Amino acid sequence: MAQIFHRSANFLASFSLLGAVVLGGLALTGVLVVARSPYVTNERLSRNQPIQFSHKHHVGDEGIDCRYCHTSVESSAYAGIPPTKTCMNCHSVLFNNVGYLEPVRESYRTDQSIQWVKVHRLADYVYFNHSIHINKGIGCSSCHGSINQMPLVFQASPLTMSWCLDCHRNPQPNLRPKDQVFNMDWKAPADQEEAGKKLAADYKLRTTVELTSCSTCHR
Amino acid sequence: MSVTQPPVNVPEIRRLDPVLEPGHTYASVTDKIAAVVLTRPLGIGWLAGFTLTFSLVMLLFGSLAWLIVKGVGIWGINIPIGWGFAIVNFVWWIGIGHAGTLISAILFLLNQKWRTSINRFAEAMTLFAVACAGIFPLIHTGRPWMAYYMMPYPSTMGVWPQFRSPLIWDVFAVSTYGTVSLMFWFIGLLPDLATLRDRAKNRFQQLIYGALAMGWRGSAHHWHRYQSAYLLLAGLATPLVLSVHTVVSFDFAVAIVPGWHTTIFPPYFVAGAIYSGFAMVLTLAIPLRKAYGLQDFITMRHLDNMAKVMLATGLIVAYGYFVEFFMAFYSGNKFDVFLAQQRLHGPYAHYYYALILCNILTPQLLWFEKVRRNVAALFVMSLVINTGMWLERFVIVVISLTRDFVPSAWGRYQPTFWDFSTFIGTLGLFVMLIFLFVRGLPAIAISEMRELVAHESHSGGDHK
Repeated sequence: MAQIFHRSANFLASFSLLGAVVLGGLALTGVLVVARSPYVTNERLSRNQPIQFSHKHHVGDEGIDCRYCHTSVESSAYAGIPPTKTCMNCHSVLFNNVGYLEPVRESYRTDQSIQWVKVHRLADYVYFNHSIHINKGIGCSSCHGSINQMPLVFQASPLTMSWCLDCHRNPQPNLRPKDQVFNMDWKAPADQEEAGKKLAADYKLRTTVELTSCSTCHR
Repeated sequence: MSVTQPPVNVPEIRRLDPVLEPGHTYASVTDKIAAVVLTRPLGIGWLAGFTLTFSLVMLLFGSLAWLIVKGVGIWGINIPIGWGFAIVNFVWWIGIGHAGTLISAILFLLNQKWRTSINRFAEAMTLFAVACAGIFPLIHTGRPWMAYYMMPYPSTMGVWPQFRSPLIWDVFAVSTYGTVSLMFWFIGLLPDLATLRDRAKNRFQQLIYGALAMGWRGSAHHWHRYQSAYLLLAGLATPLVLSVHTVVSFDFAVAIVPGWHTTIFPPYFVAGAIYSGFAMVLTLAIPLRKAYGLQDFITMRHLDNMAKVMLATGLIVAYGYFVEFFMAFYSGNKFDVFLAQQRLHGPYAHYYYALILCNILTPQLLWFEKVRRNVAALFVMSLVINTGMWLERFVIVVISLTRDFVPSAWGRYQPTFWDFSTFIGTLGLFVMLIFLFVRGLPAIAISEMRELVAHESHSGGDHK
């Protein structure tokens, strides 16, 4: 009886077993890598804003405090986007006839808010509160990166759940004294291990179990 | 296997029915079984059955699509009854699969000759039942596309599944069960696939069966490895017969809900699984042997033995029901006592009485040989037991959830059209797969039947 398959089928059969394992493994690895990449997390992705507002200029060069614009960051879940009036505090006088700032003046005249594009988007099922982080000594730059260096703000952290949990499981390395919270250039001092423990006690930080309980962030 | 056994022709010992009717040769066995797949034209019965079950599968797909569009709100579930038909059906289907594994693995290790002609389609039944069972927990999650969350993989969430939850144990138990059953079935099929390849009538069949046979030539090396692999898989599958339904019972027993939190659950679930599984094997075997004239291979001996297994496991299940009641009153726990009374007098009492009728009272007829040898009676009995086992899961899930600890948390459960359509759809899927299976693969293991021919002729007609 004639052979149904060519001799090479033997090789193909055994090779396909290996191939399935290798290809399957590669595919899985690929999915896991892409899930962590900026394609999914939107990390380091600058977004066009209606006005190319530069945090580098206002914070880095001029030294304006975060809270001058983001007024509710210490007391509310939201840091707050400033109203156009806040811009006009300075820009009614400074650069008050530059064409570049016309959208700001238009917004002020027409009482229509500037439609800023949100950069840091958390999932809807996450309850995030700015004030608790600020009041427990987590600095702005720990999550937002060096805002004072960004001409256009981008997301400096992956904002994945595992990134949140890294700190919730072990907050000490990121704890700052109260007066350093808004310091954009803060670096952990050499004695951070000791200082972190002391700060955790001073701030009366909850236990890791409480900080990592589901309902702490998913309510 | 021994050829030196003395013949047991002593008149006072009643002779059992043979496991293979006499007069068969290697060729006649092969011809008869292979013909069902290769040469027999599609009859009107097959076509009608396939059309009907195929339309039920379309009903299933429709129900699933509507479920995905609207969410689980289309079912009758609501707090406090979060587990409705989906869990009832899951437990029922997964239980049915157990008979296949018991027949193919445990009876193989115990060297029971009567397993030979029923193991192949019993294993197929297992696979199809697991497939039907697997649908339910998946859709019960409400977002089946997120079901991969239940697998442990390095996720960007930085958390693992809750390994202390029996629901995660289920994922492992059922997926292991499905994988091992598939492997076992496929390894067993290899020599038969080669037979079909060699007897194929056209190039297409040759290619399909040839590829699936994976180069089987029937050499001594092949047989040696085949037998080691088969034995190893039988050893692997044996603990699964006990473990899978034990884990399923933990879904209930680990919870503190009255009526669930009992230690009798694992053994009584396993017995119930084998009980319903054998009933399903009978439900399939009786029409199968009739339609394809396989009475020589699936003899009265097989039907009789399966009826006896059903009787035995049915008695274990009856003991389980009794112990549940006994422990409720013996413990004196007022919630357990109340639940036991609710089963007898509550709003779902008629389900409980129907369950007792189907699962405990009717099967007592199996004590009589006349009933065990009446094919029609056995067929009806198998349907009754399958119904009874479904009712058992309904009673467990629904009565406990509707009568929780606090009266303010009591409720009622009313299944909707979509509950029924999904369930009936999976019944259609199961039977449709069986229809495809009997025409696409040998429903009886040809190579093992040849061994049986050899054994029967060598032992001089001794039907051990």
